[in-house]
Amino acid sequence: MANPILVFCEQRDGRLKRVGLEAVGEACRLGGAAGRPVIAVVIGSSVAPLASEIASHGASRVLVAEDAGRRYYSSETYTALLTEAAMRLQPVAIFLGATAMGKDLAPKLAARLKTFLAQDCVALEMEADGSILATRPIYGGKLRAVVKATTPVCQVVTLRPNVFSAHEPKPSPDAPVERLTITAGAGRPMAVVREVQEAGGGKKELTEAAIIVSGGRGLKGPENFKLIEELAAALGAAVGASRAAVDAGWKPHSYQVGLTGKTVSPQLYIACGISGAIQHQAGMSSARTIVAINTNPNAPIFKLATYGIVGDLFEVVPLLTEEVKKLKAGL
Amino acid sequence: MKIVVCVKQVPATESKLTISSEGADIDRSGLSFIVNPYDEFAVEEALQIKERLGTGEVTILSLRPHSAQKPEEALRTCLAMGADKAILLNDPAFEGGDGFTTATVLAAAFRRLSFDLLLLGKQAVDDDGGAVGIQVAELLGIPHVAVVNKLEIHAEARTAVAHRQIEGGIEVVETPLPALLTCQKGLNEPRYPSLPGIMKAKQKPLEIWNRETIGLAPETIGAAGAKLRVVRLEPPPPRPAGRIIPGEAATAVKELVRLLREEAKLI
Repeated sequence: MANPILVFCEQRDGRLKRVGLEAVGEACRLGGAAGRPVIAVVIGSSVAPLASEIASHGASRVLVAEDAGRRYYSSETYTALLTEAAMRLQPVAIFLGATAMGKDLAPKLAARLKTFLAQDCVALEMEADGSILATRPIYGGKLRAVVKATTPVCQVVTLRPNVFSAHEPKPSPDAPVERLTITAGAGRPMAVVREVQEAGGGKKELTEAAIIVSGGRGLKGPENFKLIEELAAALGAAVGASRAAVDAGWKPHSYQVGLTGKTVSPQLYIACGISGAIQHQAGMSSARTIVAINTNPNAPIFKLATYGIVGDLFEVVPLLTEEVKKLKAGL
Repeated sequence: MKIVVCVKQVPATESKLTISSEGADIDRSGLSFIVNPYDEFAVEEALQIKERLGTGEVTILSLRPHSAQKPEEALRTCLAMGADKAILLNDPAFEGGDGFTTATVLAAAFRRLSFDLLLLGKQAVDDDGGAVGIQVAELLGIPHVAVVNKLEIHAEARTAVAHRQIEGGIEVVETPLPALLTCQKGLNEPRYPSLPGIMKAKQKPLEIWNRETIGLAPETIGAAGAKLRVVRLEPPPPRPAGRIIPGEAATAVKELVRLLREEAKLI
């Protein structure tokens, strides 16, 4: 049988990240022609119940590495577990989501296996021998690199969230679930997560959001972010900010979209009072649909925008919030 | 505390980039280069730790990624900020590699230095891989914490507690030293080099190391050691032409909502 594709399905607090299921879907698409099994790995303290959910999205087998001591992520332990799985299964590729965890784990894993690594990929193809052609944005999205491994063995790839498609779930009662264990601790010095501090307030995470509403310098002050937050609430969207708004202290850095902030790929990105400097574009130019609201018709954001409104955001945004609310209420 | 900071020289972020005639690299002619923005947080943090402890040494290391680049300038900038000495890894044999061979070279260089802490930026804004620092730590067999935006060093206990940005919150991570940390915006505000700093920097030592200095076999580095080959670079796919929705705000908003619902099918 052809060598499998291994997919790491990230979970936090017993909930799977969507991108893991997207990676399973992409692995099924790539491996289908060659009959490559898609084998998922899930790691945590109480994760066995997630196996059937993963299988229902297309994994043909699920390896469960469950241990009461694994409440938090550990790059060392997770690397050891995935290395064990890789040694046992000889996968042609290992897929992870390009999340905080995936982007931390993938380089360590690839260095331990001494194999190819492509981070934050937005398109993948697989040749008959299993070689992956990975497309990844570089230079803040100004260019894309198509890269290929020198040897098609254990190619480690992280997939950008919201870019690839997960399969529709269908019951898969036959997918075997097996335990994955490691015998000896390697005795290496380890960094240990002591605590996870939630941002709180039910804040939606930018990198996972389908819709983002962002505000910039045009808001004129931190108090006016409530216009952005109201529109976001009406749309069920996450709130973002430009570097100008973050540097002015209006929002913490965790809100920043752009070169020194987050890279996002939502279905819809609404930029309000953001001129769209190249540094901002680096973080959002792969959004599927972009709406720009700005007073300056020459702002660079209008070159990217699918739909633009040249106007005062203080007038336009509340009107937009009202219209969305009406629509959602079925009026 | 001995701290080594690794910096990369990258094209200025506002640069217009063109693809070279061979198709697998950028054309570097006429570009201006800067210290990678995330690496400035690493340099600043190293200087602040030294200032806080009142003792220590800050060494800056940089690898020449391409013969057309002059990372000496980046090193002088860091010395002008206040670092004590600099090392340039300079050998044509280092070129043409990937993140893994870069990590291999850096790890070999670090093995020749004594250190308590290694600091890098969380990613270089050219390749945007965010992998080299983590791979260096793995090759050295020391722990790492990536994407750090707050750091406490406990010199006596030889530990560090770092805040690491994750989706929707932060992880508080404790690590024994020596460790490698990659730095994120928010950690500090990098200083500008002062004029006296710039003058002093000219007198500070800048060593140049090559492949033989760090004792690596040619087949482990450069194109020979790379796990990855760039097939081609390409511009991002063009975005379909957008349109400005005309009319008064109320009319335009109604039309926008209609388009988002009926054409883009998003709401």
